Amino acid sequence: MSEKIKFTIDGKECEGQTGQLIVDAAADNGVYIPVLCHWRDVVPAGSCRICTVKVNGRFMAACTTPIEDACSVENNTPELQDIRKAIVEMLFVEGNHFCPACEKSGDCDLQALGYRYQMMVPRFPYAFERRELDAESPKIFLEKNRCIFCKRCIRMIKDEQGRSYFGFKGRGKHLEIALDKKLAENMSEELAMEAMKICPVGAILRKEVGFATPIGERKYDNVPIGSDIENLQK
Amino acid sequence: MKEKIISIVESNGKTPERLMDILLAVQEEFRCVSDEAVSLIASELGISEADVNQTKTFYHFFTSKPVGKYAVYMNNSATSVMSGMHEVVDEFENQAGIKFGETSPDGLISLDYTACIGMSDQEPAALINSVVFTELSREKVKKIYADMKAGKPVESMFSEYGDGNNADPLVKSMVKSNIRKAWPVCLGEYEVGKGLEKALATDSKSVIEEVKNSDLRGRGGAGFPTGLKWLFCSQEKETPYVMCNADEGEPGTFKDRILLTERTAMIFEGMTIAGYAIGAKEGILYLRYEYRYLKAFVEKVLEDLRSKNLLGKNILGKGFDFDIRVQFGAGAYVCGEESALIESTEGKRGEPRNRPPFPTQRGYNNKPTIINNVETFCSAVKIIENGADWYKKLGTEESSGTKLLSISGDCKLPGVYEVEWGMTIMEMLEMVGAEDVQAVQVSGPSGICVPPAQFDRKIAIEDLPTGGSMIVVGGHRDLLKDIVLNFMEFFEDESCGSCITCRSFNMILRKQIQRVIEGKSIKSDLDNMVAWGEIMKNTSRCGLGQSSANPVFTTIQNFRDLYESMVKDVEFKSDFDIDKAIAESCEYVGRPAKVHE
Amino acid sequence: MSKPVIATASLAGCFGCHMSVLDIDDRILKLIELVEFNKSPINDIKTFTKQCDIGIIEGGCCNTENIHVLKDFRKNCKILISLGECAIMGGLPAMRNGIPVKECIEEAYLGGPTVGENKEKILPNDEELPIILDKVYPLHEIVKIDYYLPGCPPRADLIWQAVVALVTGDELNIPYELVKFD
Repeated sequence: MSEKIKFTIDGKECEGQTGQLIVDAAADNGVYIPVLCHWRDVVPAGSCRICTVKVNGRFMAACTTPIEDACSVENNTPELQDIRKAIVEMLFVEGNHFCPACEKSGDCDLQALGYRYQMMVPRFPYAFERRELDAESPKIFLEKNRCIFCKRCIRMIKDEQGRSYFGFKGRGKHLEIALDKKLAENMSEELAMEAMKICPVGAILRKEVGFATPIGERKYDNVPIGSDIENLQK
Repeated sequence: MKEKIISIVESNGKTPERLMDILLAVQEEFRCVSDEAVSLIASELGISEADVNQTKTFYHFFTSKPVGKYAVYMNNSATSVMSGMHEVVDEFENQAGIKFGETSPDGLISLDYTACIGMSDQEPAALINSVVFTELSREKVKKIYADMKAGKPVESMFSEYGDGNNADPLVKSMVKSNIRKAWPVCLGEYEVGKGLEKALATDSKSVIEEVKNSDLRGRGGAGFPTGLKWLFCSQEKETPYVMCNADEGEPGTFKDRILLTERTAMIFEGMTIAGYAIGAKEGILYLRYEYRYLKAFVEKVLEDLRSKNLLGKNILGKGFDFDIRVQFGAGAYVCGEESALIESTEGKRGEPRNRPPFPTQRGYNNKPTIINNVETFCSAVKIIENGADWYKKLGTEESSGTKLLSISGDCKLPGVYEVEWGMTIMEMLEMVGAEDVQAVQVSGPSGICVPPAQFDRKIAIEDLPTGGSMIVVGGHRDLLKDIVLNFMEFFEDESCGSCITCRSFNMILRKQIQRVIEGKSIKSDLDNMVAWGEIMKNTSRCGLGQSSANPVFTTIQNFRDLYESMVKDVEFKSDFDIDKAIAESCEYVGRPAKVHE
Repeated sequence: MSKPVIATASLAGCFGCHMSVLDIDDRILKLIELVEFNKSPINDIKTFTKQCDIGIIEGGCCNTENIHVLKDFRKNCKILISLGECAIMGGLPAMRNGIPVKECIEEAYLGGPTVGENKEKILPNDEELPIILDKVYPLHEIVKIDYYLPGCPPRADLIWQAVVALVTGDELNIPYELVKFD
């Protein structure tokens, strides 16, 4: 049974339940911790590390660490903000993110975090590694240049038998996202749209649609990512 | 092909949990795991091809295209390079008429690199069809290639075998054990079964208590108190597992190889004692693929133990059931991380898990699991046999017992040394006959690069904790190129990539080191490298990313002058090289590669 | 005190950033009160006639002429600003980065769908032409850049506020809506 416990984030008194992940508990208390791989109630991947916080002085991923009674979480410190900004910048140089040519622009979580942390230019050199675009399946474009390896699609997009449509290929610097050709042939419309929706960037795109929302009306055109959580009225 | 694959899948229980064994069998049978094979395996196991590919593409020794009839995997670790790997590589390429990374058109030979294969005391070394070839030279390569041309089986390309069990009919390997110094714990006298008998004569709690009292700490490098680990696991409700981590992949380490060869039964005895202590029924030895040459031998030792009633049902008539199976890896350094090792054993990609839960709570098959290093289990046997007090007399106050050191590099007597904790680096260098030493790399790439000014430091948990890898770097070496760059290339290759800071920052840092070597860097780049390494250390999920900036950290800290002599003290410097940038386009369109000013 | 002098250039860009400069509308009258323009496509001054305070550059470097102009700007301007995505990260022209330049030239002049008759397989090899580089370089990889204004194009208000802040020394407070990468 889960019990109510108390903890603090940057000194703010918060309340959560035992076993609850820090990132979710924070959100329930109106505190935004940035995420790229996390999706509430889905097995955490802990892969993007952007939710790194300090728990009782130790660096931890907020999306994989449950809150503990009376723990003290640091979130909006200059040190952590700089780490997060660096991770965003790193993602912008390691993949090929040409925002002006991306259908997800304006609705992209990575881009939105770039805005939130006021990224003007990445501190790291651009890699410009060539990656492929997989357009073989009937419903989906897989633009590997934009993939940030969050594993949301691997974890969430499955068929009735629980088989994964998406999977990693290779490891380390050769890592890429791949789509199961056979399964993708019979992918339903709903699942294809769902896959596009959960992708935090523009790596998974439904074919034949795009640029539907005009500039100025997209998700992050006028409000920073995380505003919904921060504006939460308790 | 279809029948063969179906039979492989069936003989492995037709379950995705045994995917590693299935893929290993297919790779060995067909020299590759082709798309067709993936498709068959997926449909037989009822999983998607994407899932089979996830596992397949994670491991270095699974290939999509057939490797050669003779598949050469040349070790490219720092010690191999220091021992003349480039000459050997050059000769292989000359003989075969292909480059590394290629397969000859007739399919006879393929050449590829691989990370440290645990032979640092006898480099340059390579695996050819999983048979180990050590101390390679141009001459030896010529002979090997002639044998390949003649179609000789790899096993009959040589007839001189190494010492001890390396010459056992089931091993027949040219590998030498090179035991230089033995202390009574791991490499001293050993009589099979004595420790286990003593353990079974007491209750399981007393066994844990004895191990706890000995202050034994994990010998893989992390140094977690072994008794405590066992205690935690024994307090869980469900039946736990015992796993032995024999995936020693830290470049420069090879001491587990010696234990696996010369103290095989002792490892299993240690696992059995642990099984008794925590109430387990099953143990798994996770053995790295690089040691595949020990497969038949290790399995024979298990059989012997069963026939002596030291393993299996009702062990020594005490009503305790415990058995052990061997799980092979397939080439992935990160699987030495315990939760990655569990994932791999379950047939998945060797990606470290998030903690909590810890393996002692939820490990293999989501059951409580203890994972200990090979040497830890061996030490536990002697602790039970001779008592914690006996053990604690060895070593220092804070580090009890002995440690196996794998010493390689620029020294006269590379090999394995069992020493008491507390020896200084200076004493160690005298012991191995090393002169004119520029640095000692303690604990492999993820460890510390120790400069001469610190050679009075002690090899002990309280000063220089180590899993045992010691690479001696002579004064004539190019520290940045031969060591630091090699290590960063290693991490770049071996990062699993599933946590993106480790994946990318290793790539970024490797490039930065390369820039320093090429004279492109400026002073502020050094501070940036440290700052960026800190981000990786603080945000990465597992020990790999948390420690892989260490080559950069510890050399910038301890060899600052060397770095500063290689960087410019200016505010800005561009890497841009106009001649390089225009060369290809000028050549293609057919105009002189010259820029008008 | 004399007015600060501004120079601008468009390298491997589409002139969209310059269009965005013009998008400050009637504030352009204020701008010419505040600053003086030197070398710039806006006034068509082709060469530097004096040392400038601020150089604003659109576009990345895709050929040797871009490199030459950029270095010239660095020499003649106290402060350099990368204006827009192409200047900052190569932008759309950099989508060719990662593809060998040989393949790019082939696509553009020999095999591509927009190539008409080129039976003699003529490639641009006249020595008077700038040489295409192996990839498109962000400006800060070639010379030191002092400030960056992202956007494709950067919003007119962003350019306006940034330039005003720079010449007046006032603090720059950019509203969220103004910094965008598209």
